[in-house]
Amino acid sequence: MRLTMLAQALDQSLLDRPALILLLALLSVLALFAVLGQFLRRQTSVQLDPAIIRTFNNRVVSWMTICAILSGTLMFERWVTVVFFGLISFWALREFITMTPTRRGDHRTLTWVFFLFTPLQYVMVSWNLLRLYTIVIPVYASLFIPARIAFTGDVKRFLERTAKIQFGLLICVYALSHAPALLYLELQRFDLVSGQYVEWNGKPAGLLLFLLVMVQISDTIHFVCDRTFGRYIIAAHVNATRSWEGLMLAGFGTGLVAMIIQFLLPVTPFTWYGAGIMAMVISIMASSGTMTLSAIKRDRGVKDYGTLVQGHAGVLDRIDSVCFAAPIFFHMTKYFLGKPDTLAAAGDWFPMFYC
Amino acid sequence: MLGVIESRMKQVSIAILVGLAKFFSGASVRWVDCTPDECQRVYYANHTSHLDALILWASLPKNLRALTRPVAAQDYWTGGPIRRYLANLFNAILIDRKKVKAHNSPVDILNEEIAKTYSVIMFPEGTRTPSGEMQEFKSGLYYLAKKRPDLEFMPVYIDNMNRVMPKGELLPIPLLTCITIGPPLWLEPDESKLAFLTRARQAIINLKEREEA
Repeated sequence: MRLTMLAQALDQSLLDRPALILLLALLSVLALFAVLGQFLRRQTSVQLDPAIIRTFNNRVVSWMTICAILSGTLMFERWVTVVFFGLISFWALREFITMTPTRRGDHRTLTWVFFLFTPLQYVMVSWNLLRLYTIVIPVYASLFIPARIAFTGDVKRFLERTAKIQFGLLICVYALSHAPALLYLELQRFDLVSGQYVEWNGKPAGLLLFLLVMVQISDTIHFVCDRTFGRYIIAAHVNATRSWEGLMLAGFGTGLVAMIIQFLLPVTPFTWYGAGIMAMVISIMASSGTMTLSAIKRDRGVKDYGTLVQGHAGVLDRIDSVCFAAPIFFHMTKYFLGKPDTLAAAGDWFPMFYC
Repeated sequence: MLGVIESRMKQVSIAILVGLAKFFSGASVRWVDCTPDECQRVYYANHTSHLDALILWASLPKNLRALTRPVAAQDYWTGGPIRRYLANLFNAILIDRKKVKAHNSPVDILNEEIAKTYSVIMFPEGTRTPSGEMQEFKSGLYYLAKKRPDLEFMPVYIDNMNRVMPKGELLPIPLLTCITIGPPLWLEPDESKLAFLTRARQAIINLKEREEA
């Protein structure tokens, strides 16, 4: 009885069977890592830097939290997952703005950023207003922010303050919102046998899981390579450990894993080589995200966004890689496999937009 | 019956306000070289925002909240039904800033109100500063210490609150703030007013520097 209910719930969820298996595999690997991390922490004989273990444990625990909540939200309608990502964005943005020095004159602008643009972006994503949500923040908000600051009359470091708020909104909210937007894509599949595009019958959560799993695999490979044999450091001032070896191996390794996963558990409509290429792009974008956010942190002289205020987990430290990978992955998937003319236009919701 | 409903409503309003305060402030509290305790204390803090008292009050453990009362200006907090309701909700001790006289001294009122049970939240700068820079302390702190040498004076540094809600703004923005509560100090025998006030102010500055380090 219970089992049939569970099966029913899974039927109605956003997960199909391969996606469910992938999600369970991801959670168990993370749990395994968590146990391993705790074991290493207690271990005194192993010659390992305790700082590395602490970093490792922090990452595993926060990713486990994110994935556990996500597997819950994927059981419900799509908007529940959108709301979850909205909350992550909100928290990341407050970390970013807390770290960034703003002036008294920015207060009203920040109120609009936090209480209008952030929720609006996710409302538009959940309504699938693709043509609107891809331009509201990069165009409308980018024009609104400097104008609103100009109206306050405070000109000190004007361009710098404007840029900081725009960048925070773009990375923490706009870029990240493309991850749950993957749930709304209507896609087709390229059939290698017939050489034609055919209907794809998978459920939407697969793409989102693919993105998150690839980002984590890429981060893990990068982390392990950097700490074990990475010698050619990319930019020591930005990040003292990230090496070229790690970057390359993370790219190729992630691509390889993606091909294997696509072969065993086809959660996405990609062909096997398509999955490999997508994963390589995701990996490179993820590394770029971490490097960029590191550069900002070093410039501000902080180690982690989490250490700004003691006791906070530092959400932005964890999702920086997803933020950079999500929009590129979203657009590539849409260009190559999106069905023509299936995306809701703003006009379908508000007839006045047709004029 | 009415009384029950009223007290229930009061509890709900308090829960909502505490929740909002924690959400907007990021709810990060540090006790440095001290622990929460039910003994009578004076929490004195730097004052940069209207929300300071609420945030500080909300950051205390629940059992201490019932025993802690903010000190507030009567002219402001009786100026309208909402403010009056809030002052009543937090059981605030209202001090008349305009009629400070020998027979009507705020310290006497304070002493009477807290009796042998309550702790208080005070802002000895007297008013908010737009820049967030700390001003000199008013002497109330010293006279209270003189009258009640048994009270523990707890320095509190509220960080970033002037960015969350600066003077003259209506809406707060949800940045992360941090409240640091330091080790208590007492009035030393033969300590002068100036020396005590300087020492008390310095205690907050130390907490600030400690956090920035």
